[in-house]
Amino acid sequence: MKYLYYPGCSLESQAQAYDLSVKTVFRLLGHDLQEIEDWNCCGATAYMSVKETVAFSISARNLALAEKLGGEVVAPCSSCFTILTKTNNYLKKNPDLKELVNQALRSGGLEYSGNTPVRHPLDVLVNDVGVEVIKLQLKRELNGLKIAPYYGCQLVRPERGFDDREFPTTMDDLFAQLGAEIAYFPMKARCCGGMLMSTFPEVGLKLSKEILECAGENEADVIITTCPMCHINLEAYQGRINLKFGTDFKTPVWYFTQLLGWALGANEEELGLKYNFVNISKRKLSSLGVTA
Amino acid sequence: MDVDYQALKLTQPGVMPKSERELRASFLAQLELIPGGDKIKACIQCGTCTGSCPVSYAMDISPRGVMALFRAGDIESILRSRTIWVCASCYVCTTRCPSGIKITDILYALKRIAMDKGIFPSRFPVYALSEQFVKMVNKYGRNYELGLVVRFNLKTGWKKFLEMAPLGWKMFRHGRLAFKPTRIKGLEQIRKIISQAEKASVAIEREIPEYASPVGYGVMVEVSKDANRAGGGD
Repeated sequence: MKYLYYPGCSLESQAQAYDLSVKTVFRLLGHDLQEIEDWNCCGATAYMSVKETVAFSISARNLALAEKLGGEVVAPCSSCFTILTKTNNYLKKNPDLKELVNQALRSGGLEYSGNTPVRHPLDVLVNDVGVEVIKLQLKRELNGLKIAPYYGCQLVRPERGFDDREFPTTMDDLFAQLGAEIAYFPMKARCCGGMLMSTFPEVGLKLSKEILECAGENEADVIITTCPMCHINLEAYQGRINLKFGTDFKTPVWYFTQLLGWALGANEEELGLKYNFVNISKRKLSSLGVTA
Repeated sequence: MDVDYQALKLTQPGVMPKSERELRASFLAQLELIPGGDKIKACIQCGTCTGSCPVSYAMDISPRGVMALFRAGDIESILRSRTIWVCASCYVCTTRCPSGIKITDILYALKRIAMDKGIFPSRFPVYALSEQFVKMVNKYGRNYELGLVVRFNLKTGWKKFLEMAPLGWKMFRHGRLAFKPTRIKGLEQIRKIISQAEKASVAIEREIPEYASPVGYGVMVEVSKDANRAGGGD
């Protein structure tokens, strides 16, 4: 299968670590990622709340570009993933909308049939590549590491996809097979606050604090996530959360591809560990995989 | 008993004011865009949405209240509430609604109407974030995060801007700030697409409803409408 890479705006700037680690993991597993040339912003939830037809049209431009290349779109950002999937679903269910969107696309010399699948790398890695194949490439077993897999909302809920909408388990299964201990983590699909961190900080900070608390109480060494928005809220805002609630969080939050890449033997640079504010302690990291 | 509706400045009982009728018409047009949007008729007011919502504690009208107000013919109150802007669009309500109502998408539709008609709660700059975002994308084709955050925070007050400074500094130290926006090559193309899409926003010819009727209790509403037309009340 040809995988067409749609990084999205966040992965270009504050989430470079995700961009690097997704590419590294795919390379190590022997799969090519071809970037969709000249992709544009997916529209995100903000555009969706202003002008719907326009939002679907700019989103569909990316899908039209991908369709010309032929293959499946791989979008690591949960928000991009859900918006592109939503565009596909809406166009399929609403022919009038599809016609309007295509009118708009045609004015830019493009056309979209609506048949380019949109996938998340977690789905591709687990369901296409397969855990068995990943295990064959394993360089560092994750024994002794307790992780809290955090899925957030956009990956699993809005458009029914590859996992349960309220109690997803794809990451749990994947990392358990790689030797990690999975923490009890009932908050794994609860909202981190998303954009509220900017618009209603008092609400956003509370939501993220509750998730960090839950991971802490269950003694997770690290939270792993699939989404740049969840990552920035749970990680970068820890300082403000500590300030507001008098807590003392120093919880490492990694992209799931960073941890997967580490298990596959990648080095710090290839995974962009320097971009993280808090990392898993060096001692812990070097103790991993001694057996393998 | 005869009621002098003119004296009461009402046309007929149950008839909505003109502004509300127009809001309702645009809302119903928006609903048609949402696959399964008509399920709003099936709300049983169970409150699962409100109970599941992680931010309902910060709302002035609960999600269930939104459904009830729509049913009662008072969309304007919804638009003037904090509720639609507090929604973080986490979709738990939609996932759990036993009637299959697309609550999150409905709140999106209400946000669009609020922005379109310029009806907001007083002193409330939240929509500024969406506005700035759209400007960014129209200008560069991609979102420019740093520019977005700076502009939004400047617009909502310098105090907030100062609060953000330590975080900004940390982001900078870890190399996570991009100081230049990326412009896509197909800017001309995307602008054409946007302007065409703006012209073509779904123009569905529809009747402006007189009563807040299309939701639930279908048959009963039909009956009471006839009763009203006949002069009603005696």
